[in-house]
Amino acid sequence: MSLSMDIGVWIAAGLTLLIFSFIYKDNPAFKFAEALFLGVSLGYTSVNTYWSNIVPQVVIPLTPGSSFNPWVLLPLFLGLCIVLRVVPQLSWMSRMAFAVYIAGYAGLAIPTEISGRLLPQVGSTMQPLTAGNWFTPLVILVGVFCTMMYFFFSLEHKGAVGKISRLGVVFVMVSFGASFGYTVMARVSLLIGRIQFLFFEWLGLPN
Amino acid sequence: MRILAILNTRFICAVLLLMPVFALLPAQAQNVTDIELFDQPNDDGSAVILTFDLEGDDLLELMPQMQVDGEWYNSETVPLTLAALDFKSSHPEIFSWGVEDGQEDLHPNHRFVVLSKYISVDEAGDQQVEDINPGLGEFAVRLLIDPDGAAIVHDAGTVQAVEQWFNTNMVFRLALAVVFALIIMSFILAARKNPNIFIRRIAGLEAVDEAIGRATEMGKPVMHINGLDSLATLSTVAAVNILGRIASKVATYESDLLVPCFDPVVMTVSQEVVKNAYLEAGRPDNYREDNIYFLTDQQFSYTASVCGIMLREKPAANFLLGYFYAESLLLAETGNTTGAIQIAGTDAQAQLPFFITTCDYTLIGEELYAASAYLSREPMLLGSLRGQDVAKAFVMLMIFIGTILSTFGNPWLTRLWTAL
Repeated sequence: MSLSMDIGVWIAAGLTLLIFSFIYKDNPAFKFAEALFLGVSLGYTSVNTYWSNIVPQVVIPLTPGSSFNPWVLLPLFLGLCIVLRVVPQLSWMSRMAFAVYIAGYAGLAIPTEISGRLLPQVGSTMQPLTAGNWFTPLVILVGVFCTMMYFFFSLEHKGAVGKISRLGVVFVMVSFGASFGYTVMARVSLLIGRIQFLFFEWLGLPN
Repeated sequence: MRILAILNTRFICAVLLLMPVFALLPAQAQNVTDIELFDQPNDDGSAVILTFDLEGDDLLELMPQMQVDGEWYNSETVPLTLAALDFKSSHPEIFSWGVEDGQEDLHPNHRFVVLSKYISVDEAGDQQVEDINPGLGEFAVRLLIDPDGAAIVHDAGTVQAVEQWFNTNMVFRLALAVVFALIIMSFILAARKNPNIFIRRIAGLEAVDEAIGRATEMGKPVMHINGLDSLATLSTVAAVNILGRIASKVATYESDLLVPCFDPVVMTVSQEVVKNAYLEAGRPDNYREDNIYFLTDQQFSYTASVCGIMLREKPAANFLLGYFYAESLLLAETGNTTGAIQIAGTDAQAQLPFFITTCDYTLIGEELYAASAYLSREPMLLGSLRGQDVAKAFVMLMIFIGTILSTFGNPWLTRLWTAL
């Protein structure tokens, strides 16, 4: 066993233990780590936003030269409207910016959802039922049909509709069960990674 | 026997020694035929397509070249290998479905290359990657087989990259958007005339009043989290909509509402929504803007902070609505340990199992979108919900017909619903 002599490893190990202390209960050590984590992330976000957004998308396009682009003034104006929320008399101006932001994204979302979700899923469900390959396409077809029936809101789930939608819930839950197991495995591997860091990198236990 | 063994050993040694020599031999290729050159359809004039018929070794190298201002330039920084080239049948968005249908005479399934750039060399001798664009005008293209060896040249002719105003691959998507919009709009108009539209019971939403009432009785706040995505995500918009309804009830019960935010824009919109809800409930004096605050937009520092707030403030009801990632279980589990009633809702499929196991009620996928209509009973939202149900029925019908058609060998509908 040879303890790490790297100060970075000691800080990382110490903060890991402070966060792990939350398993016992909320305590001053966890509060310290939480506040540090929050503060560092805010500082990082501020610097990152300045250099990766404001400089390339506002400062450089508005600097006279080959990359000058006056159209940037329009989104800049909308951005300043949001900042005007801090002035009570002018805070109404922020609503213009939000209207553009939300309407723009809603408009962009429509073709994206159709192309990215609706068409691929519907197209993939329409599989031919052939003699050699009928079971899987049929299960998919029945599963999709029943699950969609569950998400009918303007029909009362009684009688045949109720039975079909109940079968849909079974399909949904089977899917969730598989997803749950898969994700738990991934989370356990994250924990193992952290424990390995503490044992081998920090404490230097033999591998 | 010993002589045979020696001969065998010598033979193996000779083969091993000659292997590098075999590797240095040029890859073999047959003649290039059926060279075709044309502008890439449905693009912004940034590419042209070169198709050709060529059989040869997988490692056979090719280099398309194009002539700009009298000079020939490579279109790739390194030669392409024959095995790396796609066949026309794998790209119906360019070559339509004729190739896949096996109409070999009309649509031979050749290999193709998309040319979208060329490599020029500046005065200092550095390579510059230049994009193909309509401004280049008409230019010549040729194909070099084995550019570092025999360098056999095949002229492909000339072409001009042209930008198209309309992407014909998107026509069906446009038609779907128009049809769905018309269905939903017609039901919204119908709902305005008759707002008594039936919506089935959604258990999680029935419990909203109970959760807020319990928080009021216990004198503890209600916490609402809008997920970790921006307002560009539909589930975040739905979560903010529901926040308005929750805030209205919280204002009526004179309880406290905490909304720690991950996104500054979501925070600002949430403040507006909650403020309006307090105004509508006739309790503007109870509105506290400081209770709707931004924490950070770093995933796990946000999670650590919200977990800390849950333990210190001990909200009696937690609403976890919107889009969540790996933090979902941490948030819901911490909320569970504080004894809060938890109502979650997300369309993040991977996170739903965690909410189902740790929360009292979970809105699954589209139930989250339906929630604001369910809570508000506004004719516009109710009509929209009914319209979506009809659109879903239309999709189910299409799936059913498409499966039957493809089973009987007609893939027309399946192809129509394939995103090109």
